[in-house]
Amino acid sequence: MKSDNLCRIIAISVCAVSVCLVVCNLGAAPDLPPDFLRTDAPAGTFGGKLLVLERSEPKTLNPVTALDAPSRDLIRRMTADLVSINRRTLETEPSLAKAWTVSRDGREFVVQLRRGLRFSDGQPMDADDVVFTFQVYLDESVHSPQRDLLVVGGQPISVEKLDSLRVRFRLAQPYAAAERIFDSLAVLPRHLLEKPWHDGKLAEAWSLNVAPAAIAGMGPFRLKEYVPGEKIVLEKNPYYWKTNRSGNRLPYLDQLEFRFVPSEDTQVLRFMSGEADILNRVGARNFEMLSHAARTKGDQLIDAGPGLEYNFLFFNLGMVDAQRFPEIAGRQTWFRDVGFRQAISAALDRDAIVRLVYGGRAAPLWGHVTPANRLWINASLPRPSQSLEMARSLLQGRGFHWNADGALLDASGKPVEFSIVVSSSSPERAQIATVIQDDLKKLGIQVQVVSLEFRALIDRLLNSRQYEACILGLVSGDADPNPEMNVWLSTGGSHLWNPNQEKPMTPWEAEIDRLMRQQMTTLDHAERKRLYDRVQQIAAENLPLICLASPAILVAARRGLGNFQPAVLDHYTLWNVEQLYWRRAAGNARLQGGPN
Amino acid sequence: MKSLPLLQKLAIAVLICLHLAVLGARFLAPYDPTEQNRASTLTAPSRIFPLGTDEFGRDQLSRMLWGGQISLATGWIATLLALGIGLTLGVAAGFWGGWSDALLMRGAELFLALPWLYLLLAVRAFLPLSLSPWAMALMIAAIIGTVGWARPARLIRGVVLSAKEREFVYAARGFGASPWRLITKHCLPETYGVLLTQAALLLPQFILAEVTLSFLGFGVAEPAVSWGNLLQPLRQISIIGGYWWMTLPVLLVVAVAWGFSALEDALASSNRANSG
Repeated sequence: MKSDNLCRIIAISVCAVSVCLVVCNLGAAPDLPPDFLRTDAPAGTFGGKLLVLERSEPKTLNPVTALDAPSRDLIRRMTADLVSINRRTLETEPSLAKAWTVSRDGREFVVQLRRGLRFSDGQPMDADDVVFTFQVYLDESVHSPQRDLLVVGGQPISVEKLDSLRVRFRLAQPYAAAERIFDSLAVLPRHLLEKPWHDGKLAEAWSLNVAPAAIAGMGPFRLKEYVPGEKIVLEKNPYYWKTNRSGNRLPYLDQLEFRFVPSEDTQVLRFMSGEADILNRVGARNFEMLSHAARTKGDQLIDAGPGLEYNFLFFNLGMVDAQRFPEIAGRQTWFRDVGFRQAISAALDRDAIVRLVYGGRAAPLWGHVTPANRLWINASLPRPSQSLEMARSLLQGRGFHWNADGALLDASGKPVEFSIVVSSSSPERAQIATVIQDDLKKLGIQVQVVSLEFRALIDRLLNSRQYEACILGLVSGDADPNPEMNVWLSTGGSHLWNPNQEKPMTPWEAEIDRLMRQQMTTLDHAERKRLYDRVQQIAAENLPLICLASPAILVAARRGLGNFQPAVLDHYTLWNVEQLYWRRAAGNARLQGGPN
Repeated sequence: MKSLPLLQKLAIAVLICLHLAVLGARFLAPYDPTEQNRASTLTAPSRIFPLGTDEFGRDQLSRMLWGGQISLATGWIATLLALGIGLTLGVAAGFWGGWSDALLMRGAELFLALPWLYLLLAVRAFLPLSLSPWAMALMIAAIIGTVGWARPARLIRGVVLSAKEREFVYAARGFGASPWRLITKHCLPETYGVLLTQAALLLPQFILAEVTLSFLGFGVAEPAVSWGNLLQPLRQISIIGGYWWMTLPVLLVVAVAWGFSALEDALASSNRANSG
């Protein structure tokens, strides 16, 4: 009897313990490798799909050759890099690399990969794939746009496998931006791309017509379906390597669907009619309109503040063929006079640009680093408001004077007038030109605004140099100064006011060259900041770019989308796509696999 | 005009009034059309701004009146040019016939197929950037007019072909009239009806062409104003939805198209009555 009872007690205890274990295990994470990246993402609901709109169809799904924004937007959702820049904090964080070490001289990195990583087709990923990836990016015959980033001190970085989980990178000279170099460089699957690369056909690989089984990456999603001219559907990567706070494998969403809608206004209409879940960027007026609608529908409209985009006016300071374009060459005497540029800058009403063009949703700028870039902005730069008196005094000091009709004349009596070219595809910049035109009219300067098709505009800026002034905008992909090298070095192709100089034309450009090169190899952050502050100061004094405004990042998402945290770096809304989820709520059609 | 339906009369009256208002813009417009009132942007119609203001606080009524000058002038100049070229070439082809007829008519077919918008963009790329608004308007008129001669030329050729076979023309030829006299005294008067109808048909087309170009940002540039410039903000749905007075310039374009269409109907009826 005793033994029966004992047996019964043991049996009941075993059952109870088993039930407890089962119950406790219901909410626990599956057995995932310990090296997987556990994010801070709060527990969300799994399932559903997200409808995203792109302005145009991507050109390719090949991360090595992609240039256009829609291609890169898609590829970023299907691939992953070793180290990422967090789009909100602007700091680096581990990605496929679990950790990394940097040598004392800053020329050697050893990257430690996570264990148990697999591509989206289930094949394991290790150091061989990383070495292969960098071989491909550095291969000159592939013409990868990322190659330039991997050439430091004039030499390509060298990559060496230490063991299956460790890779060593060697640089010819210290690189101040350090591990930021790895951001956005998609790790490629050697098992799929090695043959096309050896055959010299890598550029043709992974076109839009690629079969879903023939493409794989380390991103949260993988290719499911492409319908030409209509949509691209991505599905959840079952081998993804990030988990939520509870240890469950991300992403939350089952599908990500990209549809192609060319105009912003049509995108807004689609969003309002429920045919899109996210708007990556909208203009200020559309944002206001959506805000009114959101009051009843509860959609999430977020003004993330100014981004890294800076819009500016600049004059043609380069060498112009005086025989072919005598008028432009003649007017360059004014443009090259720093006092003239300072007078123009003083006469501009930046607050009016912010108010009239961007509906108040922008920041006025006096330097090229925007307030969003809190790591690098030189906060001590002066921010003078519009002053026509100051402008007049500067012009008078340079020998300019006014006739009886109030028209500004130069020292030789020639009336001061010039044209500003703008891109016809940017209504905001055309509006900025109208404000500037009115401001300069008060100084007696006649300005003609010429709208040109974008490619014709770029041809005039960089090739024929047949322009007098231009309004343009630039946006950096990173907060660090290094991606701006091409703009600020006098040898740079994007040194817009006078590109591709053999040697600096002015002393201040030579000084900027020196400072930019020095900051690129300085490892001490405080010293780098001091050097870049000086660059900003020289630029603000000499005004090769008269900076005007930085528009706010305005985004929208449907009600019920969880973890929606827009950033100021591109991609503003999908940077944390693996953490986005639909809140469980009555009538949430997306979560229930409803229409669309 | 007496026999015209009421609607046609109304359309033509509106057209005439519009032309008069545009011509008298200097006296009728309450403000300088380029003056920015930055504290009063996108304000609704009021006693101060009868038709409201745009994004820069510029008075819409003044801009609509002044804007008509460039739009209507471009249409008229382009029409006169197209009809002038069309008349000359059409008469030459119809009167002399033979190889000159074949050559001119093949040329006309070629011009009918020319995409004038792309031609204009290409020509603009070669011109100096600092073109005054009126120089730009003249250039647009010149291109549209030069490209638009083909249709009237073909019609006039047909009229001249038929006119030169008339008995009184044979009689004049028999009395030794010179070709110049035959053309000016006997053939040209036959083309007047067609010319007027074609003018009424081409004018709204050419005005719309200028409006389209300026709407797309390739026409006359700020601060000059044309009806196309006034329509530019309507590319944004937020403007259409939120600021109804910004859509008023559309009415001007519709009124012009309606007026010229009524005029063309009236002229065509009158032609039929005369030939009948």
